[in-house]
Amino acid sequence: MSTTTVAPREGSSGLGRLKRLDWRQNLIFLGFVGIFVIFAVTLSSKGFLNPDNLLNIVRQTSTISVMAVGMVFVIGAAQIDLSVGSTAGLASVTAAVAISSWGTVPGILVGLATGIAVGGINGFFVTVVGVPSFLTTLGMLGIAEGAAMWATGAVPQNIVDPTFTNLFGSADIGPVPGLLVWTLVAVGLGHVVLRRTAFGRRVLATGGNTRAALFSGVNTKRVVFAVLVLSGALAGVAGMLYAGRFHTGSYQTGTGDELSVIAAVILGGTSLFGGRASVVGALIGSLMIGLLNNGLILMGLDSSQQQIASGAIIILAVAITRSSR
Amino acid sequence: MEVRVTEARTHSVEAEVASRSPTAVAMRRISMSFGGVRALEDVDFDVRWGEVHALLGENGAGKSTLMKILEGVYRPDSGEILVEGKPVSLRSADDARAHGIAMVFQEFSLVPTLTVAQNVLLGNERKTRLGLLDDRAAVETTSRIFEEMNVDLDPRAEIGALPAGYWQITEIAKALSQHARILVLDEPTASLTKDETQALFDQLRVLRAAGIAIVYISHRMAEIYDIADRITVMRDGRKIRTDTVAQFPVGEVISEMLGRAAERQLRRVNPQTTSPVHDPAAPPLLQIRGLHSANGINGLDLEIRAGEIVGLAGLMGSGRSELVRAVFGIDKVTAGTISVAGREVKIRNPRDAIEAGLALVPEDRRVEGLVLAHTVEANTRLPTIAAGWHGWLATNVGDQLAQKMVERLDVRTSSVRKPVGLLSGGNQQKVVIGKWLLTEPEVFMLDEPTAGIDIGAKLQIIETLRQFADGGKAVLVISSELQELLEISDRIVVLRDGRADRELTPDEFESEEALHRALQGV
Repeated sequence: MSTTTVAPREGSSGLGRLKRLDWRQNLIFLGFVGIFVIFAVTLSSKGFLNPDNLLNIVRQTSTISVMAVGMVFVIGAAQIDLSVGSTAGLASVTAAVAISSWGTVPGILVGLATGIAVGGINGFFVTVVGVPSFLTTLGMLGIAEGAAMWATGAVPQNIVDPTFTNLFGSADIGPVPGLLVWTLVAVGLGHVVLRRTAFGRRVLATGGNTRAALFSGVNTKRVVFAVLVLSGALAGVAGMLYAGRFHTGSYQTGTGDELSVIAAVILGGTSLFGGRASVVGALIGSLMIGLLNNGLILMGLDSSQQQIASGAIIILAVAITRSSR
Repeated sequence: MEVRVTEARTHSVEAEVASRSPTAVAMRRISMSFGGVRALEDVDFDVRWGEVHALLGENGAGKSTLMKILEGVYRPDSGEILVEGKPVSLRSADDARAHGIAMVFQEFSLVPTLTVAQNVLLGNERKTRLGLLDDRAAVETTSRIFEEMNVDLDPRAEIGALPAGYWQITEIAKALSQHARILVLDEPTASLTKDETQALFDQLRVLRAAGIAIVYISHRMAEIYDIADRITVMRDGRKIRTDTVAQFPVGEVISEMLGRAAERQLRRVNPQTTSPVHDPAAPPLLQIRGLHSANGINGLDLEIRAGEIVGLAGLMGSGRSELVRAVFGIDKVTAGTISVAGREVKIRNPRDAIEAGLALVPEDRRVEGLVLAHTVEANTRLPTIAAGWHGWLATNVGDQLAQKMVERLDVRTSSVRKPVGLLSGGNQQKVVIGKWLLTEPEVFMLDEPTAGIDIGAKLQIIETLRQFADGGKAVLVISSELQELLEISDRIVVLRDGRADRELTPDEFESEEALHRALQGV
């Protein structure tokens, strides 16, 4: 079994690699560029291309992007996590309380631990008890938000800790917003783990065909547990990014984000049925949603009209990628 | 309240058939190309009323294309189709159905949560005067069809709760309820056990006696000689020969199907031509003692030595699949020991089994063997990276491994980056076998490895197993095709009630009949 005489793989050159790229991914990328160009032309007089405005879009979408990285793994494994938004809210509250009681580092650890704990509870019920993830995380959506509200008497918890707030999203590094760095780190790591590690392969195999993965020796329950913990942990990070940016932890933080996160992931080419997933696509999807919201408001649509328009565009975008398969 | 059947099946099959010409459907000089590639060339094919006509050929010979034309899915470039001597134009599946032509699907098209009756009348429901569903009329209509078919099956039973054998019967009933008189069955026994196959054949004999014309596609020779009246062999898009079963012996059928390649390849199958590398002193590679499982294994003993291919035979429910599932850690083992190369191993899940040096090619490659949407490369590599820390996965390593496997097993694919679901059944099965060979197992277990695949792929797989065993490893093969088991096994173990009941050595299994007798315990 030591023979290595293998014909060179076709298309390993840059051009071949480009040709092999999933065209659906290109489509979402083209859509992103298309929308960007349309806004750039029609809204140039309203400051769309102003660097401050563009960086603002990045800031607004960063928490969604970070949670979307976790969601790519969850949906890639053919599961769902509806609790990410309220987990972020709970983590923002626990981090805020811990910071005022014990200081910066314990606060960060508590915020992260909150996300991991919520993910662990989700994972336990899904893999050990056997409750479908849709129901487990739907229940957890309410539990996490309720817990955050109860623990604080529904009062937002102020954070007066410049180290924390600067680290988690309030500060810029030169012209680069800290939130952009967080986004790029999360997406970069997520992409490498999904595409270039055995764990990523196991996640996609579990999502693509759980039985075949099991028969091939994959511990599919451990994989499902791991992706739910990962999603919880990243929701915890996102909650702290919210807390750092707004200098406050609140049970209302992240409310409803799960829908934006799922939309970003699906727009990015991840199959809702598992087995096919893209972290970079999810980033594009998240930025596209932010771009739409921003541009439509600059166009003069009010919030209600903007919601209708961006909802319609999301459906349209997914419809195009599906129908032309 | 009186039940009114709005559209009762009033006509009797026999009465309708009596007045007809002997030929049900004739296809004349059919030619068809796909993008410049000739798929069919001047093919003549006909089926008579009250006949089972077997259509044979390797994958790619043109059987499926020809039948898709008959079902109205494809339109031929030239040629004509006559139903009862009258030229017809089949532009859609609806057209074909209107002429009484129905396909009984290979991949079942039933809804598992509905009852038998609801499935039979799906899309053709019985309604009350108020336009509501009339379940009682549906049950009555279905019962009447079953009566004609001479089937004892409760129309109110839920499909999902019935064994696979009844699904095919329900499919046939569904076709008959739509007045089908010409049935096309494509590989109908692929997922059936021997008993279920016999029940299906009894059914087909009833239909044949009632005058129904049946086209029967299968890779299993024994079945064809059991059920068919005439055989047509296709090869490379042409009709090679049509003859009655009596005048077309199996050797000739196989050589016509394979063309010139037949002689050379068939001889290689024979185990007597190679000598197993037995070392009587070494401990058996696989030793099972007093195995009990939660799923029907009751005190089973089995040994396989290095260089041996052991065939596992047994009737439905004898515990063949259950044995390999228990050994591989899928079904729970409740008592007994498993040793690999003299060392006792504890197997709680497939991961433990793989680490102990076992590999299993499962019964259903599409459900248990492959992630169909993933590439050949991803599927090939999965077992080797299913556990543990592997760091950075370099893509070229995976591609090279997959490429090596593709060349070794002669997998026909344009690239290792192609989704495995796009390959033919035989090539998919080679990928399943290849992914396990890469784990370098000591003991290779295969559950129905050649079900529903063409003869070329089958011979390739058998040869691969022989080479693997000759390398000092052990192979355990389950097959319901006794002829195949006889051809590849060094020894056959017959299971009964979850125990090893008998063992046959090569001189004892000279004929399929001997094995049949052993299976029946007489």
